[in-house]
Amino acid sequence: MPEEAISLENRPDRLNEEMLIRRIRDGEHELFYELIRPYERRVYSTAFAILRNEADAEDVAQEAVLKAFKHIRQFRAEARFSTWLIQITVNEARMRRRKEHLEIVQPMVDQQDEEGNYTPREFADWREIPSETLERSEVRQKLTEALASLGQKYREVFVLRDVQHLSIEETAKILGVSTASVKTRLLRARLMLRDLLASGLGGSWGNRWSFAKGTKPW
Amino acid sequence: MVVNCEGVWREVSNYLDGEVSPDLRAAMDEHFRVCQKCTAILKGTRNVVGLYGEERMFEPPQGFSQRLHRRLEENMPRQRGTAFGWMVAVAAALLIIGSVEVGDSSTFAEPKQRSQQARPGIGVPAEMMVVVAEDGKTFHVAGCRFIHDKARQRIISASQALREGYTPCVRCMRKYLSASALLDADGDDDEFVSSNQPTSK
Repeated sequence: MPEEAISLENRPDRLNEEMLIRRIRDGEHELFYELIRPYERRVYSTAFAILRNEADAEDVAQEAVLKAFKHIRQFRAEARFSTWLIQITVNEARMRRRKEHLEIVQPMVDQQDEEGNYTPREFADWREIPSETLERSEVRQKLTEALASLGQKYREVFVLRDVQHLSIEETAKILGVSTASVKTRLLRARLMLRDLLASGLGGSWGNRWSFAKGTKPW
Repeated sequence: MVVNCEGVWREVSNYLDGEVSPDLRAAMDEHFRVCQKCTAILKGTRNVVGLYGEERMFEPPQGFSQRLHRRLEENMPRQRGTAFGWMVAVAAALLIIGSVEVGDSSTFAEPKQRSQQARPGIGVPAEMMVVVAEDGKTFHVAGCRFIHDKARQRIISASQALREGYTPCVRCMRKYLSASALLDADGDDDEFVSSNQPTSK
């Protein structure tokens, strides 16, 4: 698991967070800014990964944070605040998507049978994409496009597990599916992304890549 | 335990998450040693997981945080404002109550009078200017011949005179005296009482 996840899991201020929540509940509302500051990015990226456009993502992120504030009394200490916040964000994003019928046309990859085995298409030796290349917006753009091309159910699982670093159990709970389903969807999401990023040749949409094999931006 | 390529593809994600049994892990490790294709898949998948897990992968648009805080601010119950508002309201209420009390004690309640015998006047116009003598007990219209100690007289408003405990002169301020005040008045005042109340004689 990436270091980032470890640092988030073991935030030394977890106790401080509980104290903040208690004080907010007792009426010190302005402390809410401090409480959510470490999670603002995560709320946005969750919303963005589900909705696939910046404007909707920002709007939904704001709605989710507002909702968390309004319902802070309903937060139960046995869950992590971050998980609770992400759950609200996922729900808000799903509601927005339903409202705007964003997925009338299902992506091709979503039509694949979840239970069937996924066969990797690209077997060429993997050329590592260094994380430093993320500094370049065109690389981030390509990765974003690849993720956006996945079907909703795969994207959601992938985002919660590999972007937000939630556990399999937390992901299952938030999405309302079994842990077995999380594992199956996660496997498929990861392999599909690997295929898409390995060559851009496989898959029905692969030809949309602006760079062909050998001219990758990394 | 031996695992083939398809078996590896099925479990590669769980392998990365540490969700496979030690036996399966050992079998997969053995497979990776001999299978380039599956090793490429493992490396690629691990790379994908690492890349998307980077925080900088999804940068919020510029100004996101500020806009979020502004939105929160607009929707947050104005706790400080409310508290301040309450304080203002309470202070205002106290001021009103206080002023009523002050009003009561100065304007409406009987002031401590300089004369034990005299009674306060009734309906004396508050703004009417009257004359008082420093050591006197009554207030007068200017020129009243019953003003004592003319050298130390002051001209003040009737309301001020009442506040200072002066009572209306039974001569010049007669119309502002109640009947009982006239009855209780000393000395010379008796004639006014008799002349004013002929039926009582």
